[in-house]
Amino acid sequence: MKKVVMPLLLTAILCIIPYIGVQYAGLGYLFAVVIPCASLVILVAGFLVRLVIWLIRPVPFRIPTTCGQEKSLDWIKQDKLESPYHFWEAAARVMGEVLLFRSLFRNTKAELYAGPKLAYGSTKWLWLAGMTFHWSLLIIVIRHSKFFFSTVPPIADLLDNMDRFFDVTLPAFYMTDALVLAAISILVIRRLRDPKLRLISLPTDFFPLFLILAIALAGMSMRYVTKINVLPVHDQILTLMDYSFILSGEIGVLFYVHLFLVCVLAIYFPFSKLMHAGGIFLSPTRNLCNNSRAKRHSNPWNPDMKFKSYTEYENDYRDKMKKAGLPVEKE
Amino acid sequence: MSKYVPKLSELKQEFEKKKPALLKEDYSGREWWDLPVEFRDGNWCFPGKPEVLEDLGFPNPRKWAATDADWQLPDGWEKTIRDGLKSRLKRFRSFKLFLDTCVRCGACADKCHFFLGTGDPKNMPVLRAELIRSVYRNDFPLAEKILKGFSGSRKLTAEVIKEWHMYFNQCTECRRCSVFCPMGIDTAEITMMARELLNLIGVNNNWILAPVSNCNRTGNHLGIEPHTFVQNIESLVEDIEDLTGIKVNPTFNRKGAEILFITPSGDVFGDPGVYTMMGYLLLFHHIGLDYTISTYASEGGNFGMFTSNEMMKKLNAKMYHEAERLGVKWILGGECGHMWRVVHQYMDTMNGPAKFLEEPVSPITGTRFTNAAATKMVHIAEFTADLIHHNKLNLDPKRNDHLLTTFHDSCNVARGMGMFEEPRYVLRNVCNSFHEMAENTIREQTFCCGSGSGLNAEEFMDIRMRGGFPRASAVKQVREKHKVNSLVTICAIDRASLPTLMKYWNPGVSVYGLHELVGNALVMKGEKKRTEDLRENPMVGFEEEEE
Repeated sequence: MKKVVMPLLLTAILCIIPYIGVQYAGLGYLFAVVIPCASLVILVAGFLVRLVIWLIRPVPFRIPTTCGQEKSLDWIKQDKLESPYHFWEAAARVMGEVLLFRSLFRNTKAELYAGPKLAYGSTKWLWLAGMTFHWSLLIIVIRHSKFFFSTVPPIADLLDNMDRFFDVTLPAFYMTDALVLAAISILVIRRLRDPKLRLISLPTDFFPLFLILAIALAGMSMRYVTKINVLPVHDQILTLMDYSFILSGEIGVLFYVHLFLVCVLAIYFPFSKLMHAGGIFLSPTRNLCNNSRAKRHSNPWNPDMKFKSYTEYENDYRDKMKKAGLPVEKE
Repeated sequence: MSKYVPKLSELKQEFEKKKPALLKEDYSGREWWDLPVEFRDGNWCFPGKPEVLEDLGFPNPRKWAATDADWQLPDGWEKTIRDGLKSRLKRFRSFKLFLDTCVRCGACADKCHFFLGTGDPKNMPVLRAELIRSVYRNDFPLAEKILKGFSGSRKLTAEVIKEWHMYFNQCTECRRCSVFCPMGIDTAEITMMARELLNLIGVNNNWILAPVSNCNRTGNHLGIEPHTFVQNIESLVEDIEDLTGIKVNPTFNRKGAEILFITPSGDVFGDPGVYTMMGYLLLFHHIGLDYTISTYASEGGNFGMFTSNEMMKKLNAKMYHEAERLGVKWILGGECGHMWRVVHQYMDTMNGPAKFLEEPVSPITGTRFTNAAATKMVHIAEFTADLIHHNKLNLDPKRNDHLLTTFHDSCNVARGMGMFEEPRYVLRNVCNSFHEMAENTIREQTFCCGSGSGLNAEEFMDIRMRGGFPRASAVKQVREKHKVNSLVTICAIDRASLPTLMKYWNPGVSVYGLHELVGNALVMKGEKKRTEDLRENPMVGFEEEEE
């Protein structure tokens, strides 16, 4: 399984780099200041460039995939979400995909039985793991915003408190930590177990999963195992945001590993399939209204095509047409 | 049965062996790009004949076969493909986006009828797209180039072209995978681009290009010339008179008619399409519609769609051109699948705006079809549903009591238009026995007949019967449960291909167009006593009384 080992190895190497760099080469400044700033620039600029590359391309045809009844006769009920007619209906459809993964929720599993017969069972595992994974990551990212402000934003505080609902350990255990680990496990295991997924998967499918797993594990080790002192980290980030690049205080090496992996993820993001985060908003099968018979949709490069005109047709068949009693333009 | 298809028992055994798994072999330790591409009897369509290509001005006309080792690709074909790919990536946001955003989650894998029927991994929609993506990654974005080997990229070779030809002709552009894709990736879009590219180097399918050439020349796919077209409909008029005692009176190329009626030419020439045509003619006579049929715009379907967007536009242009010449108010379209994808999603964009037409209004009920305000073309199922809703038809559904029906949603009308209720409403009003197939096989999740998008060729029978298996399996279940004997559909390709599929998998099930059942049920003013349906099959409960 070269395509699993390769990205796993790569992730391991990426973990070791900051460890050596900070512990032995004394490159703390590079790892705490230069790389994070550079990676942030690459993430933002790269993301925007990719979006622009998509956006400058025209949408020549109106091609929504209609998954529900079109708007037609008054007495037939239109499916506003699955066959949107107005802009806000299409917007709701896209948001349903972004926030709830509605299409994935439809997922079925086909199986072959004697006869032969096909049966389709509902299968929500991928949907569940995907939702858990993405939502946990979002909450974790928002939680982290407390490191970036001298006073914690209320939303981060609220999420933080909710996330620590089961306040049984010290420091309190975050639910999202457990959930994200579980979700990543399911996502990796299904790629390994299902023979179809094994064939489909590329190293680039495993790599981001391993990378995010490593980021989560490094972060969790800091919190629950080495119980890192977060104050110097907090100070460091605040100093950075003041545009003063001075290393302050003592920070554990595990933090550098965590931070470096996040930077790698940020740099990797715009060049990889992770860009689906932006692409999902633009998908023409989902974000267009199904109203192309009522409202004209223009194609900016609509080609001129010469077609066989009626006159040419009549010229070819005039005698036969007259014999068949068909009216002709020219006798 | 055709020599291009295995015996049913052999195919059943193949399925029996691998159940409940879908993949046909154990692929552990192998990568998809190492799997060989094997052309054999029944899995490839004959290529376009040189004279057809010359007629269309298409590149690289020659005699060749998919089983040849050398496909005689033109000099510099690699550049042609690369440039073609680049140009399409610039012109279609959809194409670029769909190559970029796939996360290979695998939700689409078991949604494709060709995958379900063949178990061939490259028929999983995600891998079908990867066939192009792997080349795209190799040639295009810089970062992916650095990560070569990591991102699954590969060189463009003649073997890759063979693979594209194989698998982009084992996709019927049915869009079922796009329903399930969390990114909304539509393989139909990718297949359309791939077929455009392959046509640039003369890798093609005669079953698509011959109709395209015919349609360009004579106005319809079947190449029927005007006098024959008229004769054929007139013979249907005679059949109607024999059966019902009513003489319907269609007109041709008549200027000043209110409505131009356009339907696939299969309804004029093919069995069982002709019975659907008889249904339309009876309906129009029943309501006294002021309509005409054109021998020039005599094709509803559009095989240009399976060739290139330019060709689709060229063939479609005749509809508006003829409507303008005849001075009609609007256009009524017959039952067809891909025809309606073109009319609904492409026609106005390509050949509109049709300012010379009016917003369609039903002359019988006064209903305004505001949903067709721009395109000015109404689907016959919408039109008839409106008539029935306003109680304008005298229907006796008992006349279809010999038909125990189920309804097959056609891919394009379902997922490219969203028309689900209208045909069902009509069907429920013209027959008494209607049972839906399993919910995962109808409406937006409907399965293709296995022969759509120009793959209805005799020599392609093996793949067609496999691709149609999911549909056949669903029909079989309602046949066993409800004794269904009639598969009703609103697509001309379905009417042409499903009879063969049913004969193979479910003998005893016949295929009907929706308006054939309408024609059966219509009680015409002044008709003679009806004992037979439009196919001259006896109706139950209407037998001649014993003398």
